[in-house]
Amino acid sequence: MDQGLRELYQEVILDHSRHPRRFGALQEATHTGEGYNPLCGDRVKIYLALDAENRIQDIAFEGKGCAISQASASMMTDMLVGRTVEQAEQLMSGFLHLVKGEDTNGLAPEDREQLEVMGGISEFPMRVKCATLPWHTMKSALEGGETAKTE
Amino acid sequence: MTAQLKRVPVAAFDPLAARADFEILSRTVYGKPLVYLDSAASAQKPRQVLDAMREFASSDYANVHRGVHYLSAVATERYEVARENVRRFLNAGQADEIVFTHGGTEAINLVAHSYVAPRIQPGDEIVLSVMEHHSNIVPWHFLRERYGAVLRWIDVNDDGSLDVDRVDAAIGPKTKLVAIAHMSNVLGTITPLKDVVARAHAKGVPVLADGCQGVVHLSVDVQGLDADFYAFTGHKLYGPTGIGVLYGKRALLKSMRPFNGGGEMIQEVSRERVTYAPPPARFEAGTPPIIEAVGLAAAIDYLSGLDRKAVAAHEDDLLRYATDQVKELNWVRMIGEAKNKGAILSFETDDMHAHDVATILDREGVAVRAGHHCAQPLMERFGVASTTRASFALYNTREEVDVFVAALKKARAILG
Repeated sequence: MDQGLRELYQEVILDHSRHPRRFGALQEATHTGEGYNPLCGDRVKIYLALDAENRIQDIAFEGKGCAISQASASMMTDMLVGRTVEQAEQLMSGFLHLVKGEDTNGLAPEDREQLEVMGGISEFPMRVKCATLPWHTMKSALEGGETAKTE
Repeated sequence: MTAQLKRVPVAAFDPLAARADFEILSRTVYGKPLVYLDSAASAQKPRQVLDAMREFASSDYANVHRGVHYLSAVATERYEVARENVRRFLNAGQADEIVFTHGGTEAINLVAHSYVAPRIQPGDEIVLSVMEHHSNIVPWHFLRERYGAVLRWIDVNDDGSLDVDRVDAAIGPKTKLVAIAHMSNVLGTITPLKDVVARAHAKGVPVLADGCQGVVHLSVDVQGLDADFYAFTGHKLYGPTGIGVLYGKRALLKSMRPFNGGGEMIQEVSRERVTYAPPPARFEAGTPPIIEAVGLAAAIDYLSGLDRKAVAAHEDDLLRYATDQVKELNWVRMIGEAKNKGAILSFETDDMHAHDVATILDREGVAVRAGHHCAQPLMERFGVASTTRASFALYNTREEVDVFVAALKKARAILG
């Protein structure tokens, strides 16, 4: 198989997309955000439950989309539990660099290791927005803002 | 016994010979031969079109209708010859019924702004089908937002066909226009345009046909159809981007207010008032797409030089060949199986998103479209967020269909 495709559709990614972690609504959510990709019509909704110290106590997502966006949402929710809002934003910034094939020095080594499977996306510029949609949506949920869009 | 002379069948259309005119088709993508199945989005251009534009720009170019100098006269002549060429292609009665626009979208917006908007009272209706492209939806939403127009939607059947009776039922005393595609860009459905026009006219309602797909695959006769407006774009017709056409019946065009204001479209301008040029100049404000008009004329010449019936038969053969193979895959659901359809194949796949499918196909050199195809009401009608679409043009071959189907199976192997 094409090397780029092999990296894009790694088993880890396919597993996340077939069996997304933390999929569903969150009754006790303190923040929610909706994301929409007008190019393909994909939608994602992120639920966040923050505690008094601004730490992400719980997080979940709902939505329909391609393997990349579903896997990205699944991995993101998995990684964000227990982090503070500030840490979440740092992780997001590192992730955005990673998927664009840029320097990821801002990421902690263990985070980089975990996110590395998404690195293959950088070779598919038309698909980067699929991977970033859940992250932008998470940010807009934290900011209580409008529907996040990636295009 | 006398030797019987065998009749050798003459290939009326040879796609391989035609392919040689499209230089881009010999390139590779990711090391694989390009299989271009996205012509419904934009068709590739034959060298005859590119040559005509380059030759015109490098030897006869100037602005039109303005200068008294030699080149301006030559360029004006070429521009007007292009108009006459389009007239003949659509079998319009008069060349002044052909308005050059910057695309199909602008042609429809022109009708919305200049013909329909001044006639709209709150509650008046625009009738349109659910399979319209956004370019034949959003201009009508503008009229809804700005003037209180009501959009009346005509549904399609489950196979994607459109019953003319439904059109009839949707037209009421408040209907100001029926806006309908001649051929759907997603389903491939060819609508019964002539019957739609007849039914609408029986109730005194004019019809705008979006011919962006139809004009590519069908022989259009606007007089035979009796369409009031017929809009299309150049780039899907093997011509350049940046040019489109609005055909309008002369009496209607004459009754319409201007669209954009600027040079070329006036009769006289003073500090106090302005009077407007007659159509088509009234609707061609500013410097028009002159080089593109020459390119469009060349594309029409190119098509007219082919046996269009044979081209249509070839495209139909590709569609059937592809449809038969795709339908054998039990994880594929076809969307759009109207009896009367053009060479477009849209489908949904079990557990695979259209974008993932398109990415894998792309790496095999196969260019398809994935998404909502600027037809979200239609996606909603069929309960899908997106589809994968392969669209065929005169330069595609059965071998390319085979590559496409093999790539589809590969996508299944990776993602399924």
